[in-house]
Amino acid sequence: VKVEGRVATLAGNVSRVSTRWRLGDWLGRVLARLGFRRMSYAIAPGLYAVGQPGPDSPVLVSANYKLSFDVLRRAIAGLDAWILVLDSNGVNVWCAAGKGTFGTAELARRVESTPLAQVVRHRRLVVPQLGAPSVAAHEVERLTDFGVVFGPVRADDIPEFLAAGYKATPGMRRVTFGIVDRLEVSGLELATAGRATALLSLLVLATTAWNGTALSWASAWSASVPVLLALWGGVLAGTVLFAAMLPWLPGRMFAVKGAFLGSVVAAGAWIGGEGLLPEEAPVALPLALALVTVAVTSYLGANYTGSTTFTSLSGVKKELRVAIPVMAVALVAATVLPVAALVLTELTR
Amino acid sequence: MSLSYLPNVTTLEFDGEACTGCGMCVEVCPHAVFRLKGDRAMLQDRDACIECGACQANCEAGALQVELGVGCARAILATGPDAPDCSCA
Repeated sequence: VKVEGRVATLAGNVSRVSTRWRLGDWLGRVLARLGFRRMSYAIAPGLYAVGQPGPDSPVLVSANYKLSFDVLRRAIAGLDAWILVLDSNGVNVWCAAGKGTFGTAELARRVESTPLAQVVRHRRLVVPQLGAPSVAAHEVERLTDFGVVFGPVRADDIPEFLAAGYKATPGMRRVTFGIVDRLEVSGLELATAGRATALLSLLVLATTAWNGTALSWASAWSASVPVLLALWGGVLAGTVLFAAMLPWLPGRMFAVKGAFLGSVVAAGAWIGGEGLLPEEAPVALPLALALVTVAVTSYLGANYTGSTTFTSLSGVKKELRVAIPVMAVALVAATVLPVAALVLTELTR
Repeated sequence: MSLSYLPNVTTLEFDGEACTGCGMCVEVCPHAVFRLKGDRAMLQDRDACIECGACQANCEAGALQVELGVGCARAILATGPDAPDCSCA
């Protein structure tokens, strides 16, 4: 983070951070969202200043995931405030609160280990609402002599929250999951599934390269294209397309939503990709490929539960108990069907 | 447009007798599960609960019980149904 000078206080100098994003901040955000160095995208915990804060300026508590910190400092551009960064192991507020790393104990520790008590006259900490699963306001008040006010869910609402005298509107307290958020977190799903699928694709190409007499690129390509299309169709449908269409996909369970979307994509591929399969191919072949697309989309759809803001552990457990066996059956069927069709054709010849 | 997950699954339990009406649950819940009615809180949308535990942690009266967890299929599949954790950031 770019430090722009220091703010002198009774307890020494505090680093002032910029409220602007530089190219590196944007780049870091994109890379972190795609999973590159995501788990080490952290800043040093401690006390920071924004603007020209004094002893009466608000104290905003943050996690030390750099993306969270960046969003916060940009949101409060133009204000004078202190930021108390906790050590959440470089994980965002909500996830770290789920693990307990962003919590009462770490907050109390950080209040002690920084000169905060000498830097400000008041005794009020603004903690992000999404930290509440692990920050017990009454406990913090007992351990330190600071009181906790839960701030809004979104950093962008902080200026309005502060201006209203530390009051959040009901809307500021609600978690939302709009299309931009949904797509932004689906990037990681795509990157993760994409890596595995890329390896699988190479394997498919390698196994189809033998044309009976020699290794042939042309043979590999023509035999692999339908399989690769089925796989990658499922991966794209189950990640980006799924995220975009989430509210409109039928069903409550994500696996069901995914199976629906996968079926639509598979049907499209069946019709549009007719020429890709040899004419004498039994109908079991496109059926097996369709099953692959549906199963992959459904699986990745279920995986997306972890990226959302409105699923629960009990719900996902219930869903998986039903969905995993069904997906397994679909994949077994996708393997068995073409083989069975082949055997049947040979027998009846 | 609202996003809602499975109904009747949450482990959230609210003890109205123990509630002191401080309103912290209304404040910390990210899905507006609670509202204040008179001098007590009440459940207005139990099925919206995601079991994050914010209400339980901040209920000084101990009127709220919920089995904490993260609704993440990958975490559940990776570590078995009883020991979910996530490595998200």
